[in-house]
Amino acid sequence: MSDARAPSVVQQLWLLATTTTTLAPHATHLPAWLTAVCASLLGLRVLLSWRRGKVPHQALILLIAVAAGVGVKIDFGHFFGKDPGVALLAVLLCLKLLEGRSTRDIRAAILLSLFLQLGLFFYDQTLAIAGLALTGALLATITLLSLQDENAPPVAQLRTGAVLLAQGLPFMLILFVLFPRVQGPLWGLPADAYSGMSGLSDSMTPGSISQLGLSDAIAFRVEFHGSPPPPTQRYWRGPVLTSFDGRTWRTGRFTTAAEPAYVPAGPAYDYGLTLEPHNQNWLLALDFPPPGVPQARYTSDYRLVANAPVRTRARFNLRAYPTTAVGVDENRDVLTDAVRLPATFNPRSRALARDLATGTPSHDLILARTIEHLRRSDLTYTLNPPLLGTHAIDEFLFDTRRGFCEHFASAFVFVMRAAGVPARVVTGYQGGEINPIDRTLVVRQSDAHAWAEVWLAGRGWTRIDPTAVAAPRRIESGLAAALPEWEALPFMMRPSFSWLRDLRHHWEALSNTWNIWVLGYNPDRQQDLLKRIGFSRPDWRTLGLLLGLSAGILTLLLFIWAFALRQQRDPLDRAWSSFCRKLARHGAARHPWEGPVDYGKRLAMTFPRHAARLKDIAGRYARLRYGSSTDDRHVRDLVQCIRRLNLK
Amino acid sequence: MPHRHAIRVLEAANCIILGKERELRLALTCLIARGHLLIEDVPGVGKTTLAHVIARLSGLQFQRIQFTSDLLPADIIGVSIFDRDATTFRFHPGPVFAQLILADEINRATPKTQSALLEAMEEHQVTADAETHVLPEPFFVIATQNPSHQIGTFPLPESQLDRFLMRIRLGYPDRSAERALLMGEDRRELLERQNAVIRPEDLLTLQRAAHGVTVAERLVDYVQALLGSTRHSPELAGGLSPRAGLGLIGAARAWALIDGRDHVLPEDVQTVFPHVAGHRLHAAGDGRSAPPELLAQLVRDVAVA
Repeated sequence: MSDARAPSVVQQLWLLATTTTTLAPHATHLPAWLTAVCASLLGLRVLLSWRRGKVPHQALILLIAVAAGVGVKIDFGHFFGKDPGVALLAVLLCLKLLEGRSTRDIRAAILLSLFLQLGLFFYDQTLAIAGLALTGALLATITLLSLQDENAPPVAQLRTGAVLLAQGLPFMLILFVLFPRVQGPLWGLPADAYSGMSGLSDSMTPGSISQLGLSDAIAFRVEFHGSPPPPTQRYWRGPVLTSFDGRTWRTGRFTTAAEPAYVPAGPAYDYGLTLEPHNQNWLLALDFPPPGVPQARYTSDYRLVANAPVRTRARFNLRAYPTTAVGVDENRDVLTDAVRLPATFNPRSRALARDLATGTPSHDLILARTIEHLRRSDLTYTLNPPLLGTHAIDEFLFDTRRGFCEHFASAFVFVMRAAGVPARVVTGYQGGEINPIDRTLVVRQSDAHAWAEVWLAGRGWTRIDPTAVAAPRRIESGLAAALPEWEALPFMMRPSFSWLRDLRHHWEALSNTWNIWVLGYNPDRQQDLLKRIGFSRPDWRTLGLLLGLSAGILTLLLFIWAFALRQQRDPLDRAWSSFCRKLARHGAARHPWEGPVDYGKRLAMTFPRHAARLKDIAGRYARLRYGSSTDDRHVRDLVQCIRRLNLK
Repeated sequence: MPHRHAIRVLEAANCIILGKERELRLALTCLIARGHLLIEDVPGVGKTTLAHVIARLSGLQFQRIQFTSDLLPADIIGVSIFDRDATTFRFHPGPVFAQLILADEINRATPKTQSALLEAMEEHQVTADAETHVLPEPFFVIATQNPSHQIGTFPLPESQLDRFLMRIRLGYPDRSAERALLMGEDRRELLERQNAVIRPEDLLTLQRAAHGVTVAERLVDYVQALLGSTRHSPELAGGLSPRAGLGLIGAARAWALIDGRDHVLPEDVQTVFPHVAGHRLHAAGDGRSAPPELLAQLVRDVAVA
């Protein structure tokens, strides 16, 4: 095969499919202008193939390449690192395609494609990306195959490609299990790569959580060892917001120096939590987590905080006592902070608080009166609350009366503080959905929630959920049930898409398995595995040795297998047997004593429509088998011819 | 292309002997494979005509020897007679000194006479009075025998039958061929008018070309399997000899050559097998020569690799 030959249409189509599959997922992170450039270059390629147009002049291609380089330089500011690198490669791949004059160009383009497929994992390591990369690799393999034999039918190409990839599987497994692993990603990713991650923040303004309400993204997954707590107790504790400036709630002072008193009481729930990366220090845990988690510190407001922002999916084994009392002997300073309010805002709410506190010093009574007031105020729970002005709480409580959980929590805590009761806002997630496939509880960004904690003498910090007053179903059955029917909901949350939800359940269960077994296969797990198979102190040398050994053994086995196969049957025999088998399936098996030419004649009579083809194959086999010429090319031609034979 | 010669002979022969294409082709195969042919059939089906046609078409010197019980070896080989002028014995060659001999009803002669001919066939030379005389080339014997009238005959012994490469039966012509025969011209006159279509040298070329036909390893495997099956079959008294094996390959080569191929297929072997093996094999019980059904079964028992 000459490298200088112009690629055929079939080869170009396979190459185009490979490139498109490779580049499409990159569109999620490439700059928009670059995606557009790539797309139009690919489109031009299609047009040229279709119209059989002439390949653009080399100077033009060079010009586009330089322009794209300049664009990348302007956009990223430099050429170093993965982002500009991938961007440049993407453009170059498209240009290579445009240039494609010879099969050598195709080979180069395939090499680039394979590299860019690997590049996908720089950005995302989910099951979906792995699937896409695998599809790309399959297409690349087929493209390379089509360079060898462009006339084979696509199904045969697909099969051969899949077989080739499958043959690499054992090596892949060995490398996966035994290649020495490093903690975290292999390539040092700059921290800003995580800026796009969504999730809770450590401050709250009206609207900040309802933003999340529309996001389907998974925040974390939980597997309970035993039965899960009832929905009304599924409060996943996140940042505790103490300081209020009239509009924004922020985290107050907390310390991790001394663990606060914690007396476990009530039922305990043990669970494993797989947290999606959110680029924040805090962890999420079921109210109220006890101290003593090895990977995290414990704060004075009963939260768990990691030592560094969570940037990779992390798994924690946690425990919760939902009904325990915390903070019975709370620090004075903390309680002082918990009644502090800015002096000037929301006069009407202050007046309301004064009313509610009239004539009683009992915090319990004030609390009961406040809840009662809220219940009677005819407040509406909605994802689209109206915009609020300076006195946001006044407007919410007395004018608009429509709000999301942050409005409720904010207003409630404000009123409590104004009445002199220590209170604070707690943000986190509430609820979650149990995936029926693998029984994990999936908590999404749309489950983000804000509630309140009130400090009561003798009972400590008591959780009060003001949202539950207005929309009790939010707590019991989730967001979709609590919102009025006409409100815009995330697509999947609508009941009419239940089949789609089932599909999502399956997909997420699969993804979870992938996360745990593939992405979660970290150095610790590798060590565990090696210890289990009998290596007491495995280090990288042991791993290297094992890796080399098993790869060697596997290669040897493959060689022996291939050799045995070759010994057993030469390709001509295999082809002839497959031909005979194929026709046997159509009811015309060869008699053992029947010579090829006689068989061909009989087949020609049995299948008159394919007479010429069948006789030709039989005749060619007879010539190759019993004749003097031993040209491998003729054998290969015959093999292809038999493979393509279709009697339908 | 040497096989053109063969085709020409066959085309011309088919015009004279009607409806016997396969038998003619087998006879020519035998000739090209340098073997001798035994035709076994009742009288009047055209045995003599066949020999005559082949001789005439290929331009061979033809001699017919009618075998009778009183025929002596010298009647075939020739005699040395004292020449008074030269005062020495001079050899007078007998009818065996021809390129194509038709030995008619060979089983009527005594074993002694038979063996004289058979030795000549094997050695391609005759010895008379301690003098060796080389026979002409090509040298081809077509012997006929009548299987149904065995009284007063000396059936050829097995060892002698082995000298014939092939045995064929002509059989009665089919209806349309016989009709054409009955209504058409006298075959003898037709033959008289027919000229040779090839020269004897062409026949030698054909013989050499047949020798060059490829026999693949896989085909040898097949032939050996076939030979082995005759040796192990419980229905046969003894199997085929290595000489028969050589004959089988030689005949298959010639058949492939006439077919215009440069390599032998299992089909060729299968085609010639009954004719090469038939007179060499004997059924286990009664000692009669193996029936065609048994030969066909032998072929079916061996798988083509």
